[in-house]
Amino acid sequence: MTAKTETRTRRLPFERIPVRRIILVALSLAIIYGVVAGSAATLQTGTFSGADWRTLVVNGLARGSVYALIAIGYTLVYGVLFMINFAHGEVFMSGTYTSFFVATALAESGYLNEHPLISIGILFVVSMVVSTVVAIILERLAYRPLRGAPRLVPLITAIGASLFLQYTFRGLYGANVRAYPEIAAIQGTWEIFGFDFLKKQVIVIVAAMIFWLILYLVVAKTKTGRAMRAVGEDREVAALMGIDVDRTIVATFAIGGALAGAAGILFVFVFNQVIFIMGFLPGLKAFTAAVLGGIGSISGAALGGLVLGVLEAIGPNLFLTGANVPSPNQLQPVVAFGILVLVLIFLPGGFLGSDEEERA
Amino acid sequence: MSHLLELTGVSKRFGGVQAVNEVDFHADPGEIVGVIGPNGAGKTTLFNIVTGFYRPDAGKMTFDGHNLVGLKPNQVTRIGIARTFQAVRLFANMSVIENAMVGQHTRTRSGVFGAILHTRRTVEEERRIQLKAQEALAFFGDRLIPRINQLASELAYADRRRLEIARAMATEPKLLLLDEPAAGMNPAEKDGLIELIGRLRDEKGYAIVLIEHDMPVIKGVCDRVVALDYGSKIAEGTYDEVASNRQVVEAYLGKAASEVQ
Repeated sequence: MTAKTETRTRRLPFERIPVRRIILVALSLAIIYGVVAGSAATLQTGTFSGADWRTLVVNGLARGSVYALIAIGYTLVYGVLFMINFAHGEVFMSGTYTSFFVATALAESGYLNEHPLISIGILFVVSMVVSTVVAIILERLAYRPLRGAPRLVPLITAIGASLFLQYTFRGLYGANVRAYPEIAAIQGTWEIFGFDFLKKQVIVIVAAMIFWLILYLVVAKTKTGRAMRAVGEDREVAALMGIDVDRTIVATFAIGGALAGAAGILFVFVFNQVIFIMGFLPGLKAFTAAVLGGIGSISGAALGGLVLGVLEAIGPNLFLTGANVPSPNQLQPVVAFGILVLVLIFLPGGFLGSDEEERA
Repeated sequence: MSHLLELTGVSKRFGGVQAVNEVDFHADPGEIVGVIGPNGAGKTTLFNIVTGFYRPDAGKMTFDGHNLVGLKPNQVTRIGIARTFQAVRLFANMSVIENAMVGQHTRTRSGVFGAILHTRRTVEEERRIQLKAQEALAFFGDRLIPRINQLASELAYADRRRLEIARAMATEPKLLLLDEPAAGMNPAEKDGLIELIGRLRDEKGYAIVLIEHDMPVIKGVCDRVVALDYGSKIAEGTYDEVASNRQVVEAYLGKAASEVQ
């Protein structure tokens, strides 16, 4: 693009700056003005105390941790196959929804509150196993037959698979929101450094960190992780090194699925409900987080998830309250997807992404 | 007598092009075989058929008592064939040692659960992978060992070629296929390569098949030379026999040239 414009000689001065650049600069100035002015106005009104901001940040970190875990599924699959598995939100939903029935049964028998630790363990296992199985079936039936097809084809298939899973659950279990049983042991607050924190938010953040760390070590240090990276770099040579490419791709989907299943349990800790479309928005936001952090990068997925979560929690309140926007928290998705658009315009590689985005 | 690698009547057609045409080919343990021929003669296609990237349209292939036809590349590697590429194809974003460790993949068994649970077998296996990888790198003296933690993409060209061979060695092959190993090398590096290929056979006991355009290299190391043209085998024998073969000279220089000779 630039090379082409440079070869043109004798341009009028006002032609030198491409229109695209002018629009981008104007856009970024408008955004900066909106953010700064809105924030200043909000802070002047004094609607929120320091404690309020702290609560919002922790709140954002908790939901951001959930996004991060889901985002890893997108990023792993992208890193190996260079495709976006848009049905990943439904992988997350399937496990979570299934665990709802187990949780309900455990709650009715009273076991859930007598042995909360074992119960939570069971819920994690159920959700992770179901999500893993759904992810593997998805790969086998929907994506593997299209391995050699043009990029757009598996993308469309993914959307089809996503709708298929959503409406399967709707058909089987109805369209209503269902209340996930509360676990008494994780309600209430802990006092840490003299501040009160909601137990469940602390648990979510810590658990997500542990899962992320395990995943990171698996990818960085183990044979399976090396195989995944090798297949991502050069599938043919990886095969020639004795790596079973199909099995490695299945492992990638399985690991992403397991983490999505784990994220589902953390999700219901915070939001306490399941519904057949529950995978849609978190899935898209996790995708946003993955892009924000740099798709293909595992650290990027974690970073992107946390940044997105915090911006989403703070953003509407900070930017919009002062501008007298009514119920700003209804606009959280606007912030999330606004960020997606801005990242794609200004930083297409994300925070930690590589430069070789042409492969996307 | 059965050979280590034996191809009988192997053919492969791409659309209207007969890339490989009823080729008979063999290699024995400890033997270095050169494959020569003009560009497009089907040399690399032959490698791709042997390593399982292409399935031959016709013909039989056996290796070390196994039927090769229909095996996937990873299965071919498992039974003991390793190769390098004409254009170096390393895992650029992995370190030197990791590249070699990937080569060990097929020689190990433990999976993801063992890794997460940190079982003793996994830990020991990981240590063995490291050791074997280092052993392969050590074959190149002080060329690769000091650079063990660098990314493969940071290596100099000649070292990348060496690493590609080391990675192939890490798969513990019986047969090594080298696709134009001398490409892009200067005369001194080519001498080093001749010595290296000899060492690979003498110290590691590999059978080696190499595709090469560089005749001094072919002359320097090969026990036997096979010439291909338009997918067919046109000559086979010692270097001198093949180099003086009328058909070979014609294939390289055109018909008129051989008449001048």
